[in-house]
Amino acid sequence: MVFEYAPAPESTKIVNLKSNYELFIGGKFVKSKAGSNYKTINPATEEVLSEIVEASEKDVDEAVKAARKAFKSWSKLTGSERGKYLYRLARIIQERSRELAVLESMNNGKPIRESRDIDIPLVAAHFFHYAGWADKLDYAGLGKNPQPLGVAGQIIPWNFPLLMLAWKIAPAIAAGNTVVLKPAETTPLTALLFAEICQQAELPDGVVNIITGAGATGKFLVEHPDINKVAFTGSTEVGRLIAQTVAGTNKKVTLELGGKAANIVFDDAAMDQAVEGVINGIFFNQGHVCCAGSRLLLQESISDDFLNLLYERMKTLRLGDPLDKNTDIGAINSAAQLAKIKELTNAGKSEGAEMWSAPCDIPNKGFWFAPTVFTNVSLSHRIAREEIFGPVLSVLTFRTPDEAIEKANNTPFGLSAGIWTEKGSRILEVAHRLRAGVVWANTFNKFDPTSPFGGYKESGYGREGGRHGLEPYLKAGK
Amino acid sequence: MSNIDVKRTAKLFIGGAFPRSESGRTYEAKDKNKNFVANVALASRKDGRDAVVAARAAFAKWSEATAYNRAQVLYRVSEIMQGRREQFVEELSLWSKTKKQAETEVDEAINRMVWFAGWADKIAMVTGSNNPVAGPFFDFSIPEPTGVVAAVAPENSALLGLVETIASIVVSGNTVIVIASESQPLPAVSLAEVIATSDVPGGVINILTGSYKEIAPWLASHQDINALDLTGVDKKQIALELEKEAATNLKRVLRPNTKLDGLARIKVFLETKTVWHPRGF
Amino acid sequence: MLKDDPLVLPSILRDATNSDSALKKFLNGLSGVDKVGVEERVAKLGTRSIKTTAKAEGIDLSIRMIDLTTLEGMDTKGKVKSLCAKAKRPDPLDPSVPSVAAVCVYSDLVGIAKENLIGTNINVAAVATGFPSGRVSLAAKLQDTADAVSQGADEIDMVIDRGAFHEGRFLDIYDQIQAIKHTCGAAHLKVILETGELKTYDNVKKASWIAMLAGADFIKTSTGKVQPAATLPVTLVMLQAIRDFETATHRRIGMKPAGGIKTTKDAMKYLVLLKETLGDNWMNPNMFRFGASSLLNDLLMQRQKMKNGAYSGPDYVTVD
Repeated sequence: MVFEYAPAPESTKIVNLKSNYELFIGGKFVKSKAGSNYKTINPATEEVLSEIVEASEKDVDEAVKAARKAFKSWSKLTGSERGKYLYRLARIIQERSRELAVLESMNNGKPIRESRDIDIPLVAAHFFHYAGWADKLDYAGLGKNPQPLGVAGQIIPWNFPLLMLAWKIAPAIAAGNTVVLKPAETTPLTALLFAEICQQAELPDGVVNIITGAGATGKFLVEHPDINKVAFTGSTEVGRLIAQTVAGTNKKVTLELGGKAANIVFDDAAMDQAVEGVINGIFFNQGHVCCAGSRLLLQESISDDFLNLLYERMKTLRLGDPLDKNTDIGAINSAAQLAKIKELTNAGKSEGAEMWSAPCDIPNKGFWFAPTVFTNVSLSHRIAREEIFGPVLSVLTFRTPDEAIEKANNTPFGLSAGIWTEKGSRILEVAHRLRAGVVWANTFNKFDPTSPFGGYKESGYGREGGRHGLEPYLKAGK
Repeated sequence: MSNIDVKRTAKLFIGGAFPRSESGRTYEAKDKNKNFVANVALASRKDGRDAVVAARAAFAKWSEATAYNRAQVLYRVSEIMQGRREQFVEELSLWSKTKKQAETEVDEAINRMVWFAGWADKIAMVTGSNNPVAGPFFDFSIPEPTGVVAAVAPENSALLGLVETIASIVVSGNTVIVIASESQPLPAVSLAEVIATSDVPGGVINILTGSYKEIAPWLASHQDINALDLTGVDKKQIALELEKEAATNLKRVLRPNTKLDGLARIKVFLETKTVWHPRGF
Repeated sequence: MLKDDPLVLPSILRDATNSDSALKKFLNGLSGVDKVGVEERVAKLGTRSIKTTAKAEGIDLSIRMIDLTTLEGMDTKGKVKSLCAKAKRPDPLDPSVPSVAAVCVYSDLVGIAKENLIGTNINVAAVATGFPSGRVSLAAKLQDTADAVSQGADEIDMVIDRGAFHEGRFLDIYDQIQAIKHTCGAAHLKVILETGELKTYDNVKKASWIAMLAGADFIKTSTGKVQPAATLPVTLVMLQAIRDFETATHRRIGMKPAGGIKTTKDAMKYLVLLKETLGDNWMNPNMFRFGASSLLNDLLMQRQKMKNGAYSGPDYVTVD
């Protein structure tokens, strides 16, 4: 081999991890009232990083009380004052971006290139964007003087831990709400570092409360009678339970759930960029992306040529140490997720689809899955219907635009979709007819704080980002 | 010789047609003095299912119609309502305290239909956006109808509430199955006749008479419905049950007692679609 | 060196050059290039971190890939002579530094360069065909080429007629390249697209195909006289065209970005692009060249830094 890249690991010295973390309630780290502890690990090495609290019902109650108390003064603060706190948060996140990126990669397993170049910059951008909204709520689309809802209970997933935190917290507190946020069980660390950042920013106590734990903790939060708003990003299964739990209450809900996005490539697409877009669509963040382009819909006339290009490109993907700056594919976030990916890929094989994986050395420790493509897939196969949430692409073909749209829409999900063609009118027509909340044409997996994101159908409801993302945290004023 | 009145049979309105309930059932509508008014079709869950099929079938075309077209179609409904003003007043008077009250409600209902009609081609302007993303992309967000909506119309605002329910849902391109006021069904039956003789395509608006307590649970759990409007559900426990059922396929739910102005109501039944495209040659 | 077997194209490609309209149709049938996508891919590859052993290897490989170039109106025999000395032994104090691939000069200075490179493997490349504008008659271009070849040029760097390209006279460009190729004889032909004047990536892709179909051994981005000269995205588009051409014909075409490549960091980015697009078969001076002059000194300074551990300075490399 010529010009083999030498290891280029990002140093972990910048991160000062404590051996254990308490709950962040009322502006302070406090001991759990009754909760137990669990260990959080680095999924690439299985090393224990720190010990975390599994918050109990009592802890959740304390957090909600702290948020309720803070709401009185926070909601009375002028928008411009609130905004200044958000600007502070944005700036401190920028200043401590490397630390956050390294920690995110350590706890999540995602490549440092992504946490450094995508996740953390977007986190800062999100706070910066909503900081500017805090004193402009009259223009949010709800008329003059809209009011915050109160206390928001927010539950986020493990795939973009800090970014999802930003999507939740920034609009909520900009609008004058206070929050109790529960990070995912396996990825609590950047949220706890964010708690420290709130202290550094001198954010008033109780505006942001971070409680750690698993599903049970989340359930306590959703069921708590004194929250006014539930915001959840995660699986459709849990989303359904939340929707049922809040039924009959006055709690407002936004849900950002699963997806099974079609990435449609027409015969006149810009081929190399389409290949790249398909790669980015499904292998970005190991495919742990709710809007991942997990179903490739290829026009039959180009499918062989396209797949050859795709396979060649996949051979250059570099799987390994998430902290190596040259890594493209990091670790699967948990043993449980790896088991789920394996279960579905085994189902794919047994249902008769053909599996091909990029050749790569799988490290001995940690959780890994090689970038994989299934061909000969039918719409009835599980791998074409269920969200795998891993680096696994299912390929289907189509003959006409109508057929492509029909297949793309043939799913209970409706989060995102991709279109690749050089023909403008085709883009607009296909984009129009796809039942999905985000349509990327000649690009994929792009995010921006100004750009509303969210799904149709069973991918959830409500939008995050931009002016649309404020509405779920406000009610019309009097 | 006195002329014998020809009495109307109050039927359901599904897919642009006026079927009797497939169950063959009717119920007696009584006026405010408990006097018999008419036998009204008592919709069954199968009628509800048929209405969903009709609404789904109509969705593609209605949602694809131009906003200008939808505006004109709804405006046309108001024109025909105006022509039937006296009939509506008469029917509402069966339940209203005074005739004056009935007249006010009819006039308001007609005005409301006109108001909503005018929204058709403004919703996207007001609720859409062009998003200045930090990169070489053209990025915009547009509202789209959520799909098929099942609605329980208010019990005590038999015409105005019904018009508000229907118009706010269909103006953006949704299709609707609406369960009319159970105790005051005649304005709904007449409105169906108005709609049938206007330019509303069959299946866009489907009106069922009967008991929401009987039909709504089937609609709430129906997997081919995208949203549920519970405005007319007056029992807390039932609203809770319906919302729970709606969660099975994550329907958008408008809870009872949610006071919303017209546009906010329209927005409940909208999706936002964001489209990205790179810029460059 | 490159194989000299005559260009045998599959029938679909042969037919593509049968007529002006056929060629136009063929070129317009190539898939488009999305600017944002190309630039995004390049930016992502630009984050590759090349350290320690990889960097050392990359530096020496880059030196071996350099067409050390002087293309000034005021070039003299003396200038060419000292350039040749530098080409042979880039760092006078360190014999472990490899020689460059070639010396690139105007055609009238080929003889001097040849003379000063006797006994080495270093090639002499001559720019020809009315370089840099190419605005002379075909007869003059052929004469220019013939002169350079007769003086012993091993490689000819020709420019395409960009005017013809913008007029849509693709077959004229094709015919000219073929004629020059014929005149080159055994000398290798590098075809300069002058991508800075083609403006769009779609045009770069089309021009790459014209050149490859017509028999280019290398395709080259720029003369160095037009801004922008070589860029990473343009190079990626050309590398992908080379890959597609190989898929279609089993013939490997070389690549030469030229102009504006000044630092070791730049060079590493090009090598990353090359490795991840075309792979190891292209990672040698037979298949890839840098058209550069000041790049060499930066590579030498970085090489000294890696060897000695301290940053070097411009006084520690020669300025020829």
